[in-house]
Amino acid sequence: MTNLNIRNVSYSYPDGTLALEDFCLSISSGERIAIIGQNGAGKTTAVKLMNGLLKPTKGNILVGDMDTKEYTTAQISRKVGYVFQNPDDQIFHNNIESEVRFGPKNMGFNEEQVDKLTNWAMDLCGVKNYNDENPYNLPYSIRKFVTIASVLAMDSDVIILDEPTAGQDKVGLERLVHILKVLEEKRKTVITITHDMEFVTEYFDRIVVMANRKIVVDDNVDQIFYNHEVLEMSMLKPPAVTKMAKLLSLSDGITTQAQLLAAISEKVKQ
Amino acid sequence: MKNIIEIKNMSYRYPVSDDFCLKNITFSIQKGAFTAIVGNNGAGKTTLCNAIRGFVPHFYKGELAGEVIVDGKQIVDYQLGQLGEKIGYVFQNPFSQISGVKDSVFNEVAYGLENLGVPVDEIIQKVEDVLKLVNIEHLRGKNPFELSGGQRQRVALAAIIVMDPDILVIDEPTSQLDPIGTEDIFDVIRLMKERGKTVLLVEHKMDLIAEYADNILVLHEGALVMQGPVREVFSDPKYATFNIQYPHVTEVALNLIDIGVPLKFIPIRNEELPKALKMEWEENND
Repeated sequence: MTNLNIRNVSYSYPDGTLALEDFCLSISSGERIAIIGQNGAGKTTAVKLMNGLLKPTKGNILVGDMDTKEYTTAQISRKVGYVFQNPDDQIFHNNIESEVRFGPKNMGFNEEQVDKLTNWAMDLCGVKNYNDENPYNLPYSIRKFVTIASVLAMDSDVIILDEPTAGQDKVGLERLVHILKVLEEKRKTVITITHDMEFVTEYFDRIVVMANRKIVVDDNVDQIFYNHEVLEMSMLKPPAVTKMAKLLSLSDGITTQAQLLAAISEKVKQ
Repeated sequence: MKNIIEIKNMSYRYPVSDDFCLKNITFSIQKGAFTAIVGNNGAGKTTLCNAIRGFVPHFYKGELAGEVIVDGKQIVDYQLGQLGEKIGYVFQNPFSQISGVKDSVFNEVAYGLENLGVPVDEIIQKVEDVLKLVNIEHLRGKNPFELSGGQRQRVALAAIIVMDPDILVIDEPTSQLDPIGTEDIFDVIRLMKERGKTVLLVEHKMDLIAEYADNILVLHEGALVMQGPVREVFSDPKYATFNIQYPHVTEVALNLIDIGVPLKFIPIRNEELPKALKMEWEENND
């Protein structure tokens, strides 16, 4: 059980660029949330603060009862695992199994547990068949799954995925959805940054919208994509399903394909 | 219209591989057309791009069978440098395209022209124009390595457009971009088409392909399994068998048909859905 409490956090990069301003967010153990917003809004900075890769310039971040300022990144990352946006920033072994095994081994699990976690994560992420390959010979999308497996194998309570949907095909998206489901069953907290609005509306309820280094809104999905002010301020585009619902003059609040199909077939019957 | 790219019975195998990753591919592309290459990861999309720009086999070696003809000349008869001026290639991963030898975005974008020996005044003018076009003027002084993924993706595109090649091969240019940034990039690509460029684009965002592209090539396990105008390909039942993403509205339409809501035609753009449905409603009201 690890709750996250981010209290009035600001962060400036060493060159003085302010990347995050007065950021407040509480995430309970086991929640699944999506962080969305334009490039440069501060999303990656926010999540790097949550796993201790960055330390706040102002304010505090509590991971469970640990203040990230008082612990090393290695200590925090036992609780909060972060999958980098760019897999090439993360991968450093020349075969997949040693890459995935590295995390749990360093966490001090015994041999048997390390085997079990490594196998489980490689299986779940669909990278087992590529085991003999050097990760750099694999396509970007598969490398991304290698990095997800490496973090999942550490069995941390909180998992942060930074743009897992980038460059994924249908098969990759389906795999991500399956991973989310398995992590929910294991009561893991999952925080995802993504630009894929369909992925957000189909699989997330709680959405944090960021713009200009701040949180614009933290709410349920149907409250966000039908709120003109929020969409304008954060320069978001609603998902295709919402656009279609508007074009058909259906009632507000439709954010998933299932809702759209139901509303259309209802209208056709009338 | 003349064919600027012609591929005939092309197969390709990487040097140490046992299997062909492109299998007996035949198609041609007219000058000025915007063609999208779609298919799931591992289908051979990037390798096909590499064949068109001559990196297969000039750079990667391996075994190439069949013919690749660019602008009337066999690819094997080109020098790689000549192809570089004719075909601009925007990398899938912007993190690997950045040269690493330039310390500002402006210089990074100017790098290609410098290598061609273009006069300095001309370089400056061209780079200024492109920075404006791709909307990265504000980044001109930044180090390319300090940029976000989305910003780098724009710099990578600018660095190629500035060279003014006849053919643009663009491999997933928007994977790291937010929805509005993505539309901006597609607007730039459309502008390139209006200027008469031939565009080949690898992309998973089918809504945008339906909106902008003329034709589609569908790759599946190294084979070219479908080709044709965008609308024909997306509305062909055969497309469903490859488990590739549809435009969202087409997926909705097919699901509607499944649950017994008939449609007048298969829409590929959001705006078409009311028309595809509405006639049906009107008829029901009769």
